[in-house]
Amino acid sequence: MTLDPLEVWIVILALGIGTFLIRFSFLGLVGDRPLPEWLLRHLRYTSVAVMPGLVAPLVLWPQATGGVPDPARLAAAAAALGLGIVTRNALWAIFGGVATLYLTPVLLGLL
Amino acid sequence: MAPSSESPMTDRAAPRRSAYVRGMVAAIPFSLVIIPFAMLFGVVATEAGLNVIQTMSFSVLVIAGASQFTALQLMQDQAPVVIVLATSLAVNLRMAMYSVAMVPHLGAAPLWQRGLIAYMLVDQSFATTYQEYERRPDASLADKVAYFAGVVTPICPLWYAATWLGAVFGARIPPEYALDFALPITFLAMIAPALRTLPHVAAAFVSVLGALVLAWVPYSGGLLIAALAAMLTGAQTEIWLKARAT
Repeated sequence: MTLDPLEVWIVILALGIGTFLIRFSFLGLVGDRPLPEWLLRHLRYTSVAVMPGLVAPLVLWPQATGGVPDPARLAAAAAALGLGIVTRNALWAIFGGVATLYLTPVLLGLL
Repeated sequence: MAPSSESPMTDRAAPRRSAYVRGMVAAIPFSLVIIPFAMLFGVVATEAGLNVIQTMSFSVLVIAGASQFTALQLMQDQAPVVIVLATSLAVNLRMAMYSVAMVPHLGAAPLWQRGLIAYMLVDQSFATTYQEYERRPDASLADKVAYFAGVVTPICPLWYAATWLGAVFGARIPPEYALDFALPITFLAMIAPALRTLPHVAAAFVSVLGALVLAWVPYSGGLLIAALAAMLTGAQTEIWLKARAT
C-alpha cells in the first residue's frame, strides 16, 4: 500500500501549523484570560477520548491476521494496559506489552 | 571545587545559568522515555511507506508523538485528509491547557521567545516546567525562560535524532516482528496511567465502545464521533461527581 505523497505533505504541514497554533493560542495571542470552566472540563478528556477508540479496532481486528482476533495481540494489549494502570509508567507498560506479544506464541506452542 | 565556595546566596538568587542547568537535569528522566517513542515513530512511519524526509518533517514540524501516530494510522486506513487532520488535532487539543497554564509565568516574555516556547511545549517539557514554576513562583522571568530552555535542550534534539534512527534502521526489521502492533501497545501504555479517575475511565470506555460500534461509518468518521461522545461523557461524569459530593 502506498500513500499519496501530496496527501502526506498536506497532513504534515497542516498538522504542524495546527499543533503550533494550539500551543501558541493563549501564550501568544489571547493572553492572561482564564478559560471558562466548561471548556477546561472538556479539554481535560481530549486525549483519553481519542486514543482508546483509535486502538480498540486494532486490538480486536488486527489487519495482520485478516481481522481475526489474535491471542498474542489480545494478551499484549491487556498486559500493556494492566501494567500501565498498576505502575503508572508508560515505559514498563510498553516493555511488558512487547514481551507478552513475543512470548504468547511461544507459550501457546508449548501447550 | 572547594566546598567553601558554596555561598548561602545561591539558593535565594540562583543565577540564570543554574536555572538552565537545573532544567536540563530535571529533563533527563523524560529523555529516556522519548527515545523509544521517537524511534518507534520512525520505524512505523517508514513501514507505512514514508521516506526519511517525510518522517523527519513530521517529527520536526509537529513534535507531538500521539498525534503523529494517529495521523499515520488514519492515512493508512485511507481516511480523507480532513478526517485525518480533525482527529489528530483533537489529540493535541489538550495542549491548549498547557498554553493557558504557562501564561502567568511566561506571558511577559518577548513574542519570539513565546513563539519558540510554544513550538517546544510538548507533554514532557510542560510537565517538568510547570512543576518547577509551582515550586518557585517568584523566580524572575529570565530564570523561568532559562529553565524552560534547559528542559527542552535534551528533549527536542533527542526526539529528532531518535526519529531519524528509527526511520533509517527500522526498514531493516523483518515483518515477523509484528510491528503493526507497536502503535496499539504504545497508545495503551500512554493512556493507562491517565485512567486514574472515574471521568477518565468513563470517557475511555465510551471512546472504545463508540469506535467499535461506529466502525462502519465511512471515511473513518466513526472515531471522531466516538471521541466527541467520550469527551462529553468525561465532562458530564465530572459534573455528576461534583454534584453528588456536595
